[in-house]
Amino acid sequence: MTSVKPAPLYPFKESPSQTAGPYVHIGLTPNFCGIEGVYDQDLGIAMVTDKAKGERITVEGRVFDGAGTPLKDVLVEIWQADSNGLYNSPAEQRGTADPAFTGWGRCAADQTTGHFRFETIKPGRVPFTDGRLQAPHINIWIVARGINLGLNTRIYFEDEAEANAADPVFQRFEHQDRVATLIASGGNGKYSHDIHLQGPQETVFFDI
Amino acid sequence: MKNSRPATANYFPRDRAWHPQAYAPGYKSSVLRAPQRPLIAFANTLSETTGPAFGHDMIGPLDNDLTLNFAQPGMSAIGERVVVQGRVMDERGQPVPNVLLEFWQANAGGRYRHKKDNYLAPLDPNFGGCGRTVTGDDGTYAFRTVRPGPYPWPNGPNDWRPAHIHISVFGQAFAQRLITQMYFEGDPLIPRCPIVRTINDPAAIDMLAARLDMDASAPMDSLTYRFDIILRGSRSTLFENRLEGN
Repeated sequence: MTSVKPAPLYPFKESPSQTAGPYVHIGLTPNFCGIEGVYDQDLGIAMVTDKAKGERITVEGRVFDGAGTPLKDVLVEIWQADSNGLYNSPAEQRGTADPAFTGWGRCAADQTTGHFRFETIKPGRVPFTDGRLQAPHINIWIVARGINLGLNTRIYFEDEAEANAADPVFQRFEHQDRVATLIASGGNGKYSHDIHLQGPQETVFFDI
Repeated sequence: MKNSRPATANYFPRDRAWHPQAYAPGYKSSVLRAPQRPLIAFANTLSETTGPAFGHDMIGPLDNDLTLNFAQPGMSAIGERVVVQGRVMDERGQPVPNVLLEFWQANAGGRYRHKKDNYLAPLDPNFGGCGRTVTGDDGTYAFRTVRPGPYPWPNGPNDWRPAHIHISVFGQAFAQRLITQMYFEGDPLIPRCPIVRTINDPAAIDMLAARLDMDASAPMDSLTYRFDIILRGSRSTLFENRLEGN
C-alpha cells in the first residue's frame, strides 16, 4: 500500500518554463529577423507617441555572460509606469495612466553588437507594499538561449540618488554593494545599463 | 480590450524546484548564462501585479493560422496539419481571459526561418513559423499549424530536439510572464532532450506534452492537440480585497 497523499490545495501547478531558444525572434520580433508580411510591425517597438507626457529618455546596454561575452541573441522586455507613476494596465486601479504611453517595450539585441535600446520616458514613482514610494525604476525581463526561466531585474537611475537611497527594495539587500548593479549611468535623458549574468559584477535578479 | 476584472493580489511564489534549473550543465548554453548569486525576493508591488494588455482588435484574421499566414495566395505550408487548442488558466483553475499568446516553431522538416539556422532540411516557401492569438473570455485559445519536425542541434555529439512549439504567454501581470515549449505526447525524443531534462520533476515535464484529442479533430482536415497553459495563481482573500474581487 502506498501512503495516502493529501489532495492538493490548488488544482494546478504553473506550467514549467522552457528556454526561448536562439530563434525567439521568429515568434516575438518576426520583422526584425526578416519574416515580413505576417504582422504589420513588431510588438513593443514604439512605447511613446508624440503626446506622451514626461521626460523622454533612452536606455541602452548589453547583457553579458559569465565569460564577459555580450549575448547577441538576447531579447529584453521592459515594463514601467508613466510619468505620474501609473501603469497602463487593466490591473491599475489607482487612476488612468497616460494613454499616449504603453509602458511596455520589447527589443531584440543587435545581432552583431548585442546592444538593446529603448526610447521611453522617465517613470514616476510607484508605492511599495507599505505605501512608501519606490525610486523610479523600469522592470526588465530577459530571455535567451541558455536562460531556462526568464530573468527579472530592474533598472534604476543614477540621477535619482535621493530616491534610490530611500528605496524599499534596495533596503532589503544584505549586500549593499550590489545596489550599484541596478543603477543605470547617465543623465540628461540618456542612460546606459549593462546586465551581467555572472561574475563579480553579477546583476541582482529578483524572485518576484 | 474586454473589461474583465483583473487579479488584484499577490501572486503565488514561483516553485523554482518545479521550473527548470537555471544552471543545468547537460544543456551547455546554460552554464555561462545562469545567475550564480541568490535571487532577491520581495513582496509583489504594482510593478509586478500590473502588466500590459493587448486587445482582440490587434489580431489579424490569419495570425493564428501558420499554415496560411506566410503562404502565397492559394498555397499552404507543407506538413501534417494540426490544430492546437486549450485554455489558459491560473493555478487556482480560473480562466485567464484576453491575454496574448505568441507561437513560433520550425517547419515540418525541422528547419527554422532564421539566418542562424543552417540545418540541411529545406525552408518551406509557404511557412514563416510565427503566429499569435488572444484568449477568449473563458481563457480558451486555438491555432492551426503544421507539426514541426525534430532537428539535431550542437550540444552533445548527437542531440536532437523533440518536435516542439515555443509559446510565449502574457498573463494579467508582469509577474506571470512566461515562455515555454509544447511537445507532442509519445515522442521518444522528449525524455532524451537535454533542454527538457533541465526540468527535474517528471510531472512537470508531462505538463508540457500536448495530448491528441481525436474527438476535437476535424475529419479529413487536421488532428487536434490539447494543451492547457497554467499561469501563477494569485492570493486573494476577503480581508485583503474588496469582496467582488474574489
